[in-house]
Amino acid sequence: MAEKIAGAQEHRHDEHAHHVETFWSKYVFSTDHKMIAMQYMFTGMFMALIGGFFAYTFNMQMAFPGEPVPLWGGIVTPPQYNALITNHGAIMIFWVAMPVLIAAFGNFLIPLMIGCDDMVFPKINRLSYQIFFLSVLVLLSSFLVQKGGFGGAWTVYPPLSAKHEYSLTPMGSSLFVVAVALEFVAFLLGGINFVTTAMNSRAPGMKLYDIPMVVWMIVIASILFMASVGPLIAGAIMLFMDQNLGTHFYDPKAGGDPILWQHLFWFFGHPEVYVVLLPAIGITADVMCVFARKKLFAYRTVLYTVFATGVLSFTVWAHHQFIAGIDPRMAHVFTITTLLISIPIAEMMFVFIATLYGGDISLTTPMLWALSFIAEFLIGGVTGIFLGASGADIYFHDTYFVLAHFHYTFFPIAIIGVYAGVTFWYPKMFGKMMNDTLGKIHFWGTIIPFNCIFIPLFWLGLAGQHRRIYDFRNFPELAQYQPVRVFAASMLVTMLLFQLLFIFNFFWSLWRGKEAGPNPWKSNTLEWTTESPPGHGNWKTLPTVYRGPYEYNVPGRKDDYWPQNVPN
Amino acid sequence: MRPIANTRSTAGIPTGRLAVWWVVASEIVIFGGLLASYVMQRLAHPEWTSQTAVTNVWIGGFNTFVLLTSSLSAVLAHQAAEHGDGKKAAKLLYYTCGGALTFICVKAYEWTHEISEGYTLSSNTFWSFYYTAAGIHALHVIAGGIIMLFVAADAKKNLELHRVELIGIYWHFVDIVWIFLFPLLYIAK
Amino acid sequence: MIEHYLVQASSYAADIDSLIILIAVLVGVWFLIAEGVFFYLIFKFRHRDGHKGQYITGEERHQKRWISIPHFLVLVCDLFIIVGAVRVWYDIKQNLPPADATVRIIAQQWAWSFVQPGPDGQLDTADDIKTVDDLHVEVGKTYHYQLEARDVLHDFSVPVFRLKQDAIPGRVITGWWKATKTGVHDIQCAEICGIGHGLMVGRIHVESPEEHAAWMQANAPSTSLAAR
Repeated sequence: MAEKIAGAQEHRHDEHAHHVETFWSKYVFSTDHKMIAMQYMFTGMFMALIGGFFAYTFNMQMAFPGEPVPLWGGIVTPPQYNALITNHGAIMIFWVAMPVLIAAFGNFLIPLMIGCDDMVFPKINRLSYQIFFLSVLVLLSSFLVQKGGFGGAWTVYPPLSAKHEYSLTPMGSSLFVVAVALEFVAFLLGGINFVTTAMNSRAPGMKLYDIPMVVWMIVIASILFMASVGPLIAGAIMLFMDQNLGTHFYDPKAGGDPILWQHLFWFFGHPEVYVVLLPAIGITADVMCVFARKKLFAYRTVLYTVFATGVLSFTVWAHHQFIAGIDPRMAHVFTITTLLISIPIAEMMFVFIATLYGGDISLTTPMLWALSFIAEFLIGGVTGIFLGASGADIYFHDTYFVLAHFHYTFFPIAIIGVYAGVTFWYPKMFGKMMNDTLGKIHFWGTIIPFNCIFIPLFWLGLAGQHRRIYDFRNFPELAQYQPVRVFAASMLVTMLLFQLLFIFNFFWSLWRGKEAGPNPWKSNTLEWTTESPPGHGNWKTLPTVYRGPYEYNVPGRKDDYWPQNVPN
Repeated sequence: MRPIANTRSTAGIPTGRLAVWWVVASEIVIFGGLLASYVMQRLAHPEWTSQTAVTNVWIGGFNTFVLLTSSLSAVLAHQAAEHGDGKKAAKLLYYTCGGALTFICVKAYEWTHEISEGYTLSSNTFWSFYYTAAGIHALHVIAGGIIMLFVAADAKKNLELHRVELIGIYWHFVDIVWIFLFPLLYIAK
Repeated sequence: MIEHYLVQASSYAADIDSLIILIAVLVGVWFLIAEGVFFYLIFKFRHRDGHKGQYITGEERHQKRWISIPHFLVLVCDLFIIVGAVRVWYDIKQNLPPADATVRIIAQQWAWSFVQPGPDGQLDTADDIKTVDDLHVEVGKTYHYQLEARDVLHDFSVPVFRLKQDAIPGRVITGWWKATKTGVHDIQCAEICGIGHGLMVGRIHVESPEEHAAWMQANAPSTSLAAR
């Protein structure tokens, strides 16, 4: 039960209405969770443009080696190629997936979905964005310094990353590490708000099992992040010191150990993929329930599988290092843990599929995205088994099979999940409806090319094609597959062009979209009980909760939905 | 204007305390990673014994005593705050800050001596770990001390007394990190 | 299946390929069932006027069974895969059959160099043959490799052998292969090692005993000295 400090009134103070807002206080230095969410969202989407452009550029180099790339302004040199692939990976994970899925959706949705007026620590919230913004500036600056951006892969393995005579990017390497470290600090700060607000500021009557799945997922993701990033922060400090202060933590020629970095990196790196997966799954769950008009199947089972996955995720990390020179006996341990983690994830997929049974499914644009998340992530999940099995990984490590596998997990997470969330909550965020026809064309124009790009890459991996290679024509056994690379690049260009439809739809609907009203989707959760967009303080009178978030088609009721805040 | 979100406590734990525990937990993972790395490397390099022999267990021990005592005054400060005695709490917090300052001064003397003898950050990987781990800890001592001054200033006016407990929790964490550092760097050579 | 793309040229290549097939079958069956049920349900329960959705909590035992039984079956499949993986891994990475020959492989930015015993059969003697980027070995012989790196991490990878091992500066890592087919194939560096990573092409020449003996004759230092 909610405990309130005696005397506090749960009504929005009228003083709020008399604040004089300037452009700076409203848009730049805001402490309002909704504005901070927008800051994260637009920054993340801007970085997606950069990350996508990098992907376009290096794919063009692979497909047409040595040719000038349109829009890049010339040919792509080997150092540039390495910097492009490195920063594409880092940007998409740290500066797109995390800010949009966790910080943008977390900030926007958590106070609204649990029925309170803001996050618990609005100033810390603002500070977290400021540090995040600083990390963006540091990363972007690394591309502009002498010798260019860091090009040693997003995994930053030393000695390549530690010594400038090997990486040949003296400033880029250090700026990259600093940018990542700042990003980590920003999300640690953000996590304070997500966890304390969700635990403590829930509406009266909202018990733990009444919390919408997306809120749970973001909270658990924040905890996973916090529990796993510490060793890597320590490791990054040590790497920065090796780069700039003459230490030799990772230098085998002076008593250091490069494998230490790998352990520190992947101890974080593996839980990190679940950190970004969980919010995407949460969005999928919530969108599916609304458009299937169905209660989530086995809510508690979903939670337990997520807890199990979270705990197990700390035990699998060295499957990234099977052939890295670790003790061969360790490989058996990590094969077992890695294959075991497939079980709770499979269970989660089964639960979502089961939710569709007996539903009343409408294929709106958000629903198309949510359903495609399941269909595509299944491919990513099953192909992971090949890599978790140590004996098979001997062959697949560092090949395009790995690349195709993780794009079938990350693309659903960072692109499909985001589009599901944006198209679903756009009406609440902006008060307008997006154009559904354009949305559907954009959907198919993204999904079909996506599969055309990445399915052939599994085959290239089977044929022994390795990653991060500047020009495959140098390898006689791989040169023959050049048509596949050309096809992949052309599909990528197609897919990127279709994103223009989304950008157009997004901005055109802000101006000319149909008025949304408070609850266009007839959803149960609390954010739909206030105006669109919500005003300062979110509600005039904060809601009370009487039931769970997924009471759709309850027998005996006239309407097929039953909002959480309605007493009867 | 604090949001209403701030006044609720559905989980039964005051929000400020939840937040400090979150910070402490994330720091435990950071220091844990760093110290685990040190232990693994130390075990892999028995020849570091010639370097580890140099650290002065008496200075380390004295600093341990200083931190423990400062934690004691932080606990007493919390007790005073619980009874609403802001002035007493502030005074005890100032003692803790004094402990922090003593710790830093002793460390400065210790490091000056070691550096002048040639044991620098880059002279050997043991020293890299030593200065990094103790250095990051020292930064936390300084940061904690500064925050404590602000909390004490408020407490003296009987304002925000709940923060005395919160900075105390943080301070105990800083103390406990040292309780791990001291044996690792000074005793288990 | 993989032989279609890349020949199986080592004694353990077929083992790895078989493991991959085993995984593909087990995982493929689950994948097809899951996607099949998924699309079927979307079709069957699509919105039609007059049809309402059902209220199913998923908390009843007879409902939970639909999840817990597949869950258990997935575990069984995982066990098969674990056993397969452990066996293949042990054979290749833990087991070290006695060597017929040894070769030292040195990776550096950005080339491969190889040191092989000359006619005297001993490594680190005066008649060692040193080559760059081209490795000549004999079919049917069990080779031990001693893998080193001069500067950063590299990875010695011979796809037709299904062989891969990271090279770490400051360490010598031992592994083995036994080639079963003659031919000339790619050696790839499988760990990004700087701007020249994509240029570290090597070629492995698997030769019959006669061809290999001839190559050794022609390339051993003392012979070539005498030939001048």
